[in-house]
Amino acid sequence: MASLVIEQVRKAFGKVEVLKGIDISIEPGEFLVLVGPSGCGKSTLLNLIAGLDSITSGEIRIGDRVVNEIPPKDRDIAMVFQSYALYPNMTIRKNLSFGLETRKVAKAKIERQINRVAEILQIEELLDRKPSQLSGGQRQRVAMGRAIARDPMIFLFDEPLSNLDAKLRVEMRAEIKKLHQRLGTTIVYVTHDQIEAMTMADRIAIMKDGIVQQFGSPDNAYSDPNNLFVASFIGSPSMNFIPVVIEEKENQPVVSLTNDSGETFHIPVKKAAQIEAGREAIMGIRPENITDTNEVLRGRQQIATVACKVKVTEPTGPDTLVHVQLNDIEVICRSSPAYAGTPEQQMELALDTSKILFFDPQTEQRIDR
Amino acid sequence: MTEGGQKTYAERLARAVVYVVLLLFVVYFLAPLFIMIITSIKPMSEIRTGTLISLPRSPTVEPWLKAWGSATIGVSNEGIKGFFVNSLKITIPAVLISTLIGAVNGYVLSKWKFKGSDAFFAMLLLGCFIPFQVILLPMARTLGLLGISGTTAGLVLVHTVYGLAFTTLFFRNFYVGIPDELVNAAKIDGAGFWRIFWKIMLPVSKPIIMVTIIWQTTQIWNDFLFGVCFSTGETQPVTVALNNLVNTSSAVKEYNVDMAAAIIAAIPTLFVYFAAGKYFVRGLTAGAVKG
Ligand SMILES: Nc1ncnc2c1ncn2[C@@H]1O[C@H](COP(=O)(O)OP(=O)(O)O)[C@@H](O)[C@H]1O
Ligand SMILES: [Mg+2]
Repeated sequence: MASLVIEQVRKAFGKVEVLKGIDISIEPGEFLVLVGPSGCGKSTLLNLIAGLDSITSGEIRIGDRVVNEIPPKDRDIAMVFQSYALYPNMTIRKNLSFGLETRKVAKAKIERQINRVAEILQIEELLDRKPSQLSGGQRQRVAMGRAIARDPMIFLFDEPLSNLDAKLRVEMRAEIKKLHQRLGTTIVYVTHDQIEAMTMADRIAIMKDGIVQQFGSPDNAYSDPNNLFVASFIGSPSMNFIPVVIEEKENQPVVSLTNDSGETFHIPVKKAAQIEAGREAIMGIRPENITDTNEVLRGRQQIATVACKVKVTEPTGPDTLVHVQLNDIEVICRSSPAYAGTPEQQMELALDTSKILFFDPQTEQRIDR
Repeated sequence: MTEGGQKTYAERLARAVVYVVLLLFVVYFLAPLFIMIITSIKPMSEIRTGTLISLPRSPTVEPWLKAWGSATIGVSNEGIKGFFVNSLKITIPAVLISTLIGAVNGYVLSKWKFKGSDAFFAMLLLGCFIPFQVILLPMARTLGLLGISGTTAGLVLVHTVYGLAFTTLFFRNFYVGIPDELVNAAKIDGAGFWRIFWKIMLPVSKPIIMVTIIWQTTQIWNDFLFGVCFSTGETQPVTVALNNLVNTSSAVKEYNVDMAAAIIAAIPTLFVYFAAGKYFVRGLTAGAVKG
């Protein structure tokens, strides 16, 4: 277990700067997820932590040791790769022991270690097979086993589940979390899948174009995003973004929402320094904050109602997603199935105004804090 | 296609035509070998009286024994035996050394790239297109400076150096197909340059090792020009000896002995091809290692 501090780290390949000043710091034993669209520099950052590539500028500390110049083998890390990278010519047992043998660990200890890992991951019966004889899920386990066998200070995972089918992915997700609870080792986990990120992370770093857009708890990223990118990247279905102009009524900022039959509703919103009358803004609201107007919500202070014509409904089981139109934008609302309207029907919707966020249309930054 | 045994007349005819054409090719390519073999076991009397393709009436191994052990080549009367051994002494070390160095080169140029390694590779590739003749003079001078002119070691050096461009190319292209993650995993596991090479890369290289060995063995064993230029008398390879045997002026031309010697000289390359040939096609097309 070790803490990890990344300070002002930059990485350029030739003239192209891929990482532009990354600052992340986590406590020992924390589960950090680096998430972002493909090409944003996640793997590059992970390789820098591993020492497989050199840092252009900045500093990385593992525990209280600066590791910038330390080769991968001396950083006390283990890594699980997207392609698993099992040694094809060796049996599973050899794959697990290779790192230990390289480090000249005593035979008996290696034996004990392998048995322990095989038991934890339930791969005992695979030990004498070759990687080519395993299924994708089994290879994934072995790859994790190889990392665990070394008992490192930090685990690095680079999209370890992206080659598995959906069902196995969900299972392994839970299993990695359990493993983390059991071993308590610090983990840095890279993924492009926001659900994976949200479900696994203690701390989440959302990256785009080589910049950390937001770093904090998953909850925080979900409910209090720094900018439009984070707001749209996290959550499924995605947050609704409605262009509005801030107005003022009786010393209270309001925004107008117009439905597709031309009716306009005035929605009161929170006061904030940058929420000034006349300003154009993008209003963000998650689908679960525009719902049907059933008993629970009725009469609450921060609820505003709008009536809309239902365009499409998507029943997901527990909820039904209702598509409507506001300010010429298609908006998705989450309704309980019992109260969901049917297409072409008029439906009354309850908007939780306390959950409304505002972004600047140009800078895409939050302006309501 | 229709069910087995239910082939139409047209299909059968097409089949037959294909087989006839293939058979013609087989005859065309094997005819010279056939003539060499039957000639090599005919006594001289039959060669003088019979035609080129008449089968031997009283086959004999005499020409083979003579070619191997007692034919006159240059100033010696000991057949091509000694020269055959020379060729082995040149080919085996040259093939092994050039293959091994090629493997290390390919490994460096694909997995441990350095500044300018691509340019280095491009220049090395030029080596594949340099004709033998171009390097004769500089090589003669180099061998002279090293003091190994006319020796077996000298020929081993020549073949190793000349073959490196090819062996490096083969290995480099093969290793490019092996995922970098494999090397990274081994680095994190604590393995260094050589341990990764011996324990990870070489064990997955069997197909390309086979290709390289076949290629190099064929090139080096069959070489004539370097052999003629850089060896003398008793260090000459079998190809040069064969030429001398055929050209040695004597009263009668012993076609049967010449043929037997030619076949003996060709046996090692044929053997390598039959033993490892299946890897040749497979190795040239094999790319990444799955798993
Ligand atoms: N060795 C390299 N040389 C040049 N560019 C690279 C190299 N490795 C990665 N890149 C570039 O850096 C960017 C980030 O890559 P990467 O970290 O792999 O993204 P991610 O893992 O987030 O999908 C990409 O645009 C990629 O093309
Ligand atoms: Mg990646």
